[in-house]
Amino acid sequence: MAVVFEKPKSLTDAVLHYCPGCTHGIIHRLVAEVMDELGIEGQTIGVASVGCSVMAYNYFTCDFVQAAHGRAPAVATGVKRSDPSKIVFTYQGDGDLAAIGTAETVHSAARRENITVIFVNNAIYGMTGGQMAPTTLPGQVTQTSPYGRDVNTVGYPVKVCELLSNVDGAAYLERVAVNNVKNIKNAKKAIKKAFQNQLEGKGFSLVEVISTCPTNWGMTPEKALQWVDEKMIPYYPLGVYKDIYAKEED
Amino acid sequence: MADKVLMKGNEAIAEAAIQAGCHHYFGYPITPQTEVAAYMSKRMPKIGGTFLQAESEVAAINMVIGVASTGKRVMTSSSSPGVSLKSEGISYLAGCDLPALVVNVQRGGPGLGGIQPSQSDYYQSTKGGGHGDYHNIVLAPASVQEMASLTVKGFDLADKYRMVAMILADGTMGQMMEPVSLDVSDVKTYDKPWALTGTECKREHNIVNSLYLQPEELEIKNFERYEKYKAIEENEVMYEEYLMDDAEVCVVAFGITSRVAKNAINEARAKGIKVGMIRPITLWPFPKKPLAAAADKCKAFICVEMNMGQMIDDVELAIRCKKPVYLCNRVGGMIPSPEEVLAKIEEVGGAE
Repeated sequence: MAVVFEKPKSLTDAVLHYCPGCTHGIIHRLVAEVMDELGIEGQTIGVASVGCSVMAYNYFTCDFVQAAHGRAPAVATGVKRSDPSKIVFTYQGDGDLAAIGTAETVHSAARRENITVIFVNNAIYGMTGGQMAPTTLPGQVTQTSPYGRDVNTVGYPVKVCELLSNVDGAAYLERVAVNNVKNIKNAKKAIKKAFQNQLEGKGFSLVEVISTCPTNWGMTPEKALQWVDEKMIPYYPLGVYKDIYAKEED
Repeated sequence: MADKVLMKGNEAIAEAAIQAGCHHYFGYPITPQTEVAAYMSKRMPKIGGTFLQAESEVAAINMVIGVASTGKRVMTSSSSPGVSLKSEGISYLAGCDLPALVVNVQRGGPGLGGIQPSQSDYYQSTKGGGHGDYHNIVLAPASVQEMASLTVKGFDLADKYRMVAMILADGTMGQMMEPVSLDVSDVKTYDKPWALTGTECKREHNIVNSLYLQPEELEIKNFERYEKYKAIEENEVMYEEYLMDDAEVCVVAFGITSRVAKNAINEARAKGIKVGMIRPITLWPFPKKPLAAAADKCKAFICVEMNMGQMIDDVELAIRCKKPVYLCNRVGGMIPSPEEVLAKIEEVGGAE
């Protein structure tokens, strides 16, 4: 009988700990499918961050190191410099990458470090129970912005792809979403390109994935997917923000 | 390479590290250790190694974690305020059981302090510095030769026990020039089956991690690590005894102050005072046994330190407070003079 659907080889059999309706599972699967398709599972070293995906090391079959909060791009820099033939990726959330790890993010991009960054933006600190993130939308209610994010007192969300597009070293930046089939297909293409770039030595490639957090958003999974379309994507428009090799490929 | 060359202490550390097989260095400029980075920036490109000036001390120590997790020898160096910033990463290195060499060429503190030599990071180095239950192996060189040889030794101990070895020097040791022999005939290599080298789809994945959400599991990890520390305290203590055979007063000093103390001891001996010295070379593990033995025959101890009396705690514990322990110290970047130490020796050990 022909197999029409199976678990990617690059995912372990461990049961994911993510909440029902969370899109981390989809993003894990996309990364694993890309690793399978590129045949890089045995050469890949992942760097897990601090946040909901802290235990990503249990879910991928490749070697993994778990980094301190925000430091994944620095740890990845060390891993990559140790053996440039390895494929090195970080998997980070918005608090990790865009708040506590801002310096590591900007400078690994500035160095055009030949790594792949999967940046999951769900506009909230999920693991610690739903506090305001650097990417929390204006007016959005969280545990630490109970009256809604007031930009006059706590400032504005950080738009990572827009910010990094001004960093000369960044090679490839794309923002995608995983809230419907079309977006998931685009997300996979972007993730594949971000890994392909590393294989070709093209340098720092980051894919920002707009994700959901039904638990801490206080929504059903279905409503959360709609909220991505209604609120998140208008503030964080999808698309390619930078691709320094795009012209030569055309 | 038995021939001696004239080098600064900081440069001796850098060259010894390369000779010991460390081809990856991550640092950030800070006085008085910047010569380590400058030396590495010249040498590493020529041997195909990595020199990377990081965006911060925090980033540098995390780059160290990255290389260490792949099983290769790696180091960073800094001075006191920078080592405070690295302390997060040092705790993670401990929690992940990763080997690395961290160099602290101390300056005066707290805060931004000053840029002159100090020994005031003794507590930070020997008692933790970062969060959690852990130790670093702390090596205190007292000559440019020891800056080199303890660097080689530090890499060996780090690999052997899968933990951080720290060179705790000071601005004087870093800046002074002395002849040094870079004899690296004793470089050992260790199997690292735990290292992240890519599975090649031939083995289960390796995970380098310090997170254990099950308290039972985390407790076991901590107990296991302390079994390792116990073995180190048993087997790796290093110290030097100077004129201790008939000593009635025991000076305890490490690093640059031990050299000042030696002059003072010689002068005191000339005046007929029976004084000797125990110089800890490993500050952790601390040489408790020789100190305890000295407590049986000496009437008093004098700690000579460039801090407000940090090692004095360990000396009092080692001798179970059996004998009085006096402090002779200068701080803030000041170095005690032989005359000051001699005066203390005469005060404590002079005719009754």
